Amino acid sequence: MIRGGAWKFAWVQARTQTAVAVAALAAAAILAAITGPRLLHFYDTVVATCGSRNDCASVTTAFLSSYRVIQVALPPVLLVAPALIGAFWGAPLVARELETGTFRLAWTQSVTRQRWLAVKLILAGLAGMAVAGLLSLILTWWFSPIDRVQMNQFTPAMFGVRGITPIGYAAFAFAFGVTAGAFIRRTIPAMAATLVVFAGARLAFSYYVRPYLITPLRATSALVMPTESGPAPPLGAGAVKPGDLVVSDQTINAAGRVIGANGGVGPNGEIGIQVTHGRPSLAGVGACPNKFPPLGGGLRGSGGQPPADFNAAVQECIDRLGIREVVTYQPLSRYWPLQWDETLIFTGLAIVLAGVCFWQVRRRLT
Amino acid sequence: MNAMIATSAVGKKYGRQWALRDCTLTIPAGKVVGLVGPNGAGKTTLLQLAAGLLTPTSGTITVLDGQPGTSPAQLARVGFVAQDAPAYARLSVAGHLRMGAWLNPDWDGAQAEHRIARLGLDPRQRAGSLSGGQRAQLALTMAVAKRPELILLDEPVASLDPLARREFLQSLMEVVAEQGTNVALSSHLVADLERVCDYLVVLAASRVQLAGEVSELLASHHRLSGPRRDPGTLPANQEVIEASHTDRQSTLLIRSDGPVLDPAWTVRPVSLDDLVLAYMSRARDAGNSRRPGLEVVR
Amino acid sequence: MIEFQLDAGSGVATYLQLVQQVHQALQLGLLKPGDQLPTAQQVVARLAINPNTVLKAYRDLEREGLVRARPGQGTFVVRTLPRTDPAAQARFLASMTEWLRSARSAGLGPDDIEAIYRTAFRDCFAEGVA
Repeated sequence: MIRGGAWKFAWVQARTQTAVAVAALAAAAILAAITGPRLLHFYDTVVATCGSRNDCASVTTAFLSSYRVIQVALPPVLLVAPALIGAFWGAPLVARELETGTFRLAWTQSVTRQRWLAVKLILAGLAGMAVAGLLSLILTWWFSPIDRVQMNQFTPAMFGVRGITPIGYAAFAFAFGVTAGAFIRRTIPAMAATLVVFAGARLAFSYYVRPYLITPLRATSALVMPTESGPAPPLGAGAVKPGDLVVSDQTINAAGRVIGANGGVGPNGEIGIQVTHGRPSLAGVGACPNKFPPLGGGLRGSGGQPPADFNAAVQECIDRLGIREVVTYQPLSRYWPLQWDETLIFTGLAIVLAGVCFWQVRRRLT
Repeated sequence: MNAMIATSAVGKKYGRQWALRDCTLTIPAGKVVGLVGPNGAGKTTLLQLAAGLLTPTSGTITVLDGQPGTSPAQLARVGFVAQDAPAYARLSVAGHLRMGAWLNPDWDGAQAEHRIARLGLDPRQRAGSLSGGQRAQLALTMAVAKRPELILLDEPVASLDPLARREFLQSLMEVVAEQGTNVALSSHLVADLERVCDYLVVLAASRVQLAGEVSELLASHHRLSGPRRDPGTLPANQEVIEASHTDRQSTLLIRSDGPVLDPAWTVRPVSLDDLVLAYMSRARDAGNSRRPGLEVVR
Repeated sequence: MIEFQLDAGSGVATYLQLVQQVHQALQLGLLKPGDQLPTAQQVVARLAINPNTVLKAYRDLEREGLVRARPGQGTFVVRTLPRTDPAAQARFLASMTEWLRSARSAGLGPDDIEAIYRTAFRDCFAEGVA
C-alpha cells in the first residue's frame, strides 16, 4: 500500500472546501491586521488614560463605536463557522457517496471502508477545528481592547465567539454532520438536520448547562431600589463584579420564598406601592410596617419623580418586610475553566458521534 | 484454488423482503460467468455480496477462498464495476487513475494510461461529462489496472448503445485473454452474455434456478415435440422444464442426462435464450401458484 | 493473416465456426503452412467472444494435425488441406441430384429426405471419417 494513499485522495476530495476556508481566514486576518493595531493604539493612548483627563464617558463611547461595521460583522462569521463546517464539510462526507453511488467505487478499492472513513474524518475534522480555532484567535485578539472596556465576554452571546470554544463546536458540528449523513443517506436533509441540531445544542448548552457546570456562587444582599437617574446599584452588594456572569437574580421574602426576579417583585422586577384603606403596601408582598410621608402631591412630586423622602420610605418598607436579593453568578475567574470544560465536552461528544458513525458505516451499511 | 465464488445457502434480507435466498453455488475458477435473470432477481445482491459491499443475512460466501471485503488484501484481489459505472463527476479521468494508484497496492499505471489513450478518452475531461460508454470503459480500466484475480460487473452494458456495448465486451475479453482474469457479469438479457460466457447462472424470484457450464447446459436440454402426452409419463431421468399442449400435440422442454430414445418425439436443440426463458417462467409460475386466485394488480 | 467472422444466429457453435473458417482458408490457399493464426487476444478483441472458445478451436485443429501451438510464440499452420477438386464436386453434385429425383418419385417428401440425410451424415462423420 502506498503509505498515505488514502490521505492523498481525501485531500484531493477536500481541496475546494479547503480553498474556501483559507480564503475566508485570509480575509479576516487581513482585515484584523489592518484595523486591529489602530484599535489597540486608540485604547492604549486614549481610553486607558481617560481617568487622568476625566473624559472616560465620552472617550469610551467614541471608542466603542469605532470600526462599527467590523464589530457587527465579524462575530457572526465565527458564530456560524462551526455550523457551516458541519453542514458543508461533514454532512456530504458519507451522504454524498451514498447518494451518488460512488461508495461502490470507493469501497471496492484496496482500502477498507473503516480506513477510508477514519482518514476522511481525521483530515477534515482536524482542519475544521483548525479553521475555527484560527478564526477565533483573530477575533479574540481584535476584540481584546473592546472586551476590556465592555467586559461582556462571559455573556451567552459572546462566550461562544471567543477563546477556544469554537474549536469544540467545530468538532461537534462536523462529527454530527458526518453521522447524520451516514444515517439519513441524503446530503440536503443531513445538512438541514446538522444546522438545526447544532443551533439547538449551542442554545441549550449556553442557557442550561454552562452556567451550572461549576456550582455558581451565591450572594444574598439587601434589595436596593434603583433610582431612576444615576447608576444601577451593584449586584450582590458588590460581590458581583463587572464581567462576571449573572446566572440568576431573584427576590426572596423574609421566609426565603422566591417572589420575583431582576431586582423586584414578580417576573419583571417591579416595585410598586399601593394605597389600601389609606395604608401603603408593597405590591405583591403586604402592608408596609413603616410610616410614609404625606402623599399630598400624589405619588409623583415635582418633575415627575417621587420625592426623595418617599423613596427612602419605600426602601425602609422593603428592608423591614425582609425582602432581599439573591444573585447566583460565575465570577470572571472561572471564564477560562468554563471555556476548557465546554470545549472538552463538545469535543468529547464529537468523538462519541464519530464512534457511532464508524459503527454505522462498518456494520449497518451492508 | 478451485472456486471463483462459492456460496452455501447464502441469503440477503432487506426489512421483510428477501433479495436473495438459499443460494448455493460453486462457480469454478477460470471462467467467464454470466448471471442472468429479470430485474430484482438477486443478481446485483449476489455480486455485491461477492464484492464485500453487502454482508449476508444467512449462509456463507467465499470468494477466491477468502472472505469478501474484510481486508485490504482481499479487496485488492477483486475488482468491481457497479451498475451505471459510478464515478466522481467533478474528478477528471486522470484524477480517477491517480485515485486508483493511491488506493491500490498493485496498480499498473502504465497499462491504465495506455488503455485510456487507446480508447480515445481525454485524461483531463471530467467524469461527469463522459458518455455512458466512456464511463463504463473508465470503470473497467480502473478495475483491470489494480490487477485483480476476479472482476465483477453489474449490468455493465445495460444502458449502452450497441456499438459501446460491443466495444466494452471486446475490451473485457481482451483482458481475460491477456491476463486470465476470472470474470462474473450480470445482465437481464441473454444475448449480452451468450457470446462471452462459458458458465451460466440463472436467478429468478431471488433464487438460483439453474447453474452450469454453457456447453453442458445446451447439450443436456432438448425440445421435444410429438403427439399429445402427459408429461408425467416421461422416464425419471427426464425433467420437464416447460410444457405446452394443443389438443393433438405436446411440446416439452426437458433436461435429460441421457439421450432421448422414444421415437414418438422429434428432438431439437434449445437455444440458450429459450432455455433461460423457460427457467425464468417456471420460477414465475411457481411463485404465482403459491397464491392461487390472486391477480397481479398493477 | 486470417480474420474470423462470427454468425451469431446460425445455431452453429462458435468454436466450430472458427474451425470451419480455418478449414476453408486452408482449402482456398489463403492459409499456408508456416502462417500464424491470430492470437486469442486478437480474435476476442474483434469478436468479443470468450477466449476459451478460441483456444478450444485451436486445440481441435491441433488434434486434426493442421496446426501446432508453439509456447510463447503463437499457433502456426503445419499442414494444408487438399483442395477439393472441382471436377469431383461436379460429379457428386450430379449423383446427388439423381438420387433426390428418384427419392421424390418414390414418394418421399422433403422432411423424409432431410431425416434420411441427417441420419446418414451423422453416422458417417461420427466415426471420424474425414
